[in-house]
Amino acid sequence: MELTKFEKVCEILDKYEKDPGNLIAILGGVQEEYSYLPEDVITFVATALGVTPGHVYGVATFYAHFTLEPKGKYVIKVCDGTACHVRKSGDVIKTFESELGLTETRKTSEDMLFTLEVVACIGACGLAPVITINEDVYAAMTIEKTKELVAEYKRREAEGQ
Amino acid sequence: MKKITIDNIETTFKNERNVLEVARNLGIELPTFCYQPELSIFGSCRMCLVEVEGRGILPACSTVPWEGMVIQTNTSQIRSIRKMILEMMLASHDQQCTICPKSENCRLQSFAKQHGVDEVRFQSFKPEAEKDFSSLAITRDQTKCVLCGNCVRMCDEIQSVDALKFSFRGAKAKVGTFLDKGIGFEECIGCAQCVKVCPVGALNERHNIKEVWNAVYDKNKTVVVQISPAARVTLGELFGKDAGTRVTGKIITALKRMGFDKVFDTCFAADFTVVEEGNEFLARKKKGENLPLFTSCCPGWVKFAEQNFPDLVGNLSSAKSPQQMLGSMIKDRLTTDMKIKREDLVVVALMPCTAKKFEAAREELSVNGNPDVDFVLTTNELALMIKERGLDFNKLTESELDEPFGLSTGAGIIFGSSGGVSEAVLRYAAETLEKGSTPDLKKLRADKDLKITEIKLGGETLRLGAVSGLKNARKLIEDVKSSKTKLDIIEVMACPGGCVNGGGQPRATVNKAVSKKRAGGLYNNDKVLSERISSNNPGLKKIYADMGEKKAHNLLHTHHQHRQKNKNEGYVIDETPGEKSLHLDICFGASCLKNGGQELYLGVMKHLRENNLVEKTEFKATYCMKICTKGPVLRVNGKQLEKCSVDMAIAEIKKAK
Ligand code: SF4
Ligand code: SF4
Ligand code: FES
Ligand code: FES
Repeated sequence: MELTKFEKVCEILDKYEKDPGNLIAILGGVQEEYSYLPEDVITFVATALGVTPGHVYGVATFYAHFTLEPKGKYVIKVCDGTACHVRKSGDVIKTFESELGLTETRKTSEDMLFTLEVVACIGACGLAPVITINEDVYAAMTIEKTKELVAEYKRREAEGQ
Repeated sequence: MKKITIDNIETTFKNERNVLEVARNLGIELPTFCYQPELSIFGSCRMCLVEVEGRGILPACSTVPWEGMVIQTNTSQIRSIRKMILEMMLASHDQQCTICPKSENCRLQSFAKQHGVDEVRFQSFKPEAEKDFSSLAITRDQTKCVLCGNCVRMCDEIQSVDALKFSFRGAKAKVGTFLDKGIGFEECIGCAQCVKVCPVGALNERHNIKEVWNAVYDKNKTVVVQISPAARVTLGELFGKDAGTRVTGKIITALKRMGFDKVFDTCFAADFTVVEEGNEFLARKKKGENLPLFTSCCPGWVKFAEQNFPDLVGNLSSAKSPQQMLGSMIKDRLTTDMKIKREDLVVVALMPCTAKKFEAAREELSVNGNPDVDFVLTTNELALMIKERGLDFNKLTESELDEPFGLSTGAGIIFGSSGGVSEAVLRYAAETLEKGSTPDLKKLRADKDLKITEIKLGGETLRLGAVSGLKNARKLIEDVKSSKTKLDIIEVMACPGGCVNGGGQPRATVNKAVSKKRAGGLYNNDKVLSERISSNNPGLKKIYADMGEKKAHNLLHTHHQHRQKNKNEGYVIDETPGEKSLHLDICFGASCLKNGGQELYLGVMKHLRENNLVEKTEFKATYCMKICTKGPVLRVNGKQLEKCSVDMAIAEIKKAK
């Protein structure tokens, strides 16, 4: 049987010799395993390193690539760079939110399937408004297309693909 | 001596750390938010900008002066930058100055006035209200924060508590706590030193003014108040008096006019603390146990010790602090003398300290849920109440303290200064061991963070240390643990310089000088009193005789505990759903992790996996089971295994099946 979450965290801590100076590498290791930094793990890591959880939180929130919340199976990134913005990426964002029951503070759907992220220009302005879902790119998005896409992913999921 | 020219004035400098200090020596005030002389230089607010010939505009606080430097501090460009910075701060500020507790004491407010800010040209974006009332000692209001970082550095560099941290970045940057759980969740010890360096209204003392007025105006309550030594030499500062001026008599009159029924002296109880602590020390010394003895009258220090040094908790004096001793004596005595119910007797304490608010709320310092001290007011709060009541403080006549807790010795008075408690205890110990001896204790009065003195008494050499500021205390403890320093008694005060600089005291601009004057006020008071050794307090002798030994011990002593660092409630850490037949709870607290908690966890997990028990096990992690000296600790179906080895754990798990 596989190692449990905390066994792996212990391994990571030992690998970096429980040195608070290696905090960023340790958090990187944890995030790689779990895709986010869970509260219980932060508390454990902090205590093991002899720093406060608040200190770890400060570091984790400073760097954009750390996330404190679990992400859904599908991470939707909507580009809101200038080109996409003028071509109504705002509508796309709103449609995703209403279709998936998300809000500005609630980024991941209840069923843990979708996480919505609004990002700055991804360098594909020719495809504006453009979005990505995990590795796949979808161009020239409209309200209609957004609705179809959500339905499509939900169907796939229901069929267990 | 090197030459420098500032605003066309030629001057010299020696080892000033930065241009700002040189300018200030010259009487040129540069506005600053993030510069705080006792803390490291942060250089973030940009208010202190100056123009350096040949180098352009630089922040004075983080620029080291050099020979021949030519500086302008007030060019029109600099003035307009400063004004712009202030306007930007105001744009993201809630601008509710009239109802801010720091109003008239706020640098943003005064700088805006000084720099002629009469409009805010930037679009104002109202920051999300995020008020934090989770602590008994301090409150936070992020909407007023200017991100100067003074609080963060104070808590880390001076107190080594590290409870406040910057989180996020850019426009979202703020001073935060873990997952925004609030400062009450953190290891904060409530010293409010962060409040003292916060230039704006983002950090404040927690006020209990409303509760106290309610009690005073409640006809069914008898409300008495005790006044601490440190408050009586500082309250005057808030009414225009010099630091160190004793205003005891006026405070008493004010309190009486405000409706308090009796005014007692905390110093009276300090004499008891001295006698109890002194006896405890002499007994420990005889047995050679639990030494060095640490004083326990500073609640900030006590909480810090409980959280960080579980192995030293037994070394803390079990004598209650003067505030708490007096609280329990008042409630015991007055309920009988005045024939009132305990619930109808309200004890208020006037203190220089916000951590005392936390102390008063400790469960062990109450009787059947009724606290020995109901409310703590800081010096600053009392000043507000005096103003609210419409009293012209300086015109008040002087009154006397009330019996039976009104008379104290000089020893009780000097408690308010770092080194004072040690001196008082030593005077008593000297008197007990060698009647009539007057040991030389001058070293304890030095204006230093760490003072060590040695005296010979009754054929023995006693070594005493008095330390203030918790980072200094931490260092001293490490030295004592590694036997680098040998001491018999250690007095610790959390606030730099002791209670005279407590978090509830008026804010001073030039800290060192003011603190010296405040302490001076106490030592002068001590000088004029006829009795200077605690055991000679006549009231004390009488009360001891009335109470009897057993009751005295009950009323005057407490116990300390191992305390979890922050307030997390523990986490269930297993990942499998379903029926669980085995319940394990492991301590992941700091001490247990240091003593092999991780190895224990890994060993247990290995056993569970090899025996296919993982899915049947509910695994919980607790972050301190409050028996830190007996770690690592594991509970198997509720049975607690102390100093638990992997083998012990496995044996118990097998039994449990
Ligand atoms: S009150 Fe003291 S311990 Fe608490 S955050 Fe402020 S400086 Fe730190
Ligand atoms: S809370 Fe006060 S001291 Fe702390 S960063 Fe904000 S303004 Fe500065
Ligand atoms: S005081 Fe110099 S940058 Fe803040
Ligand atoms: S850390 Fe306190 S009991 Fe484990």
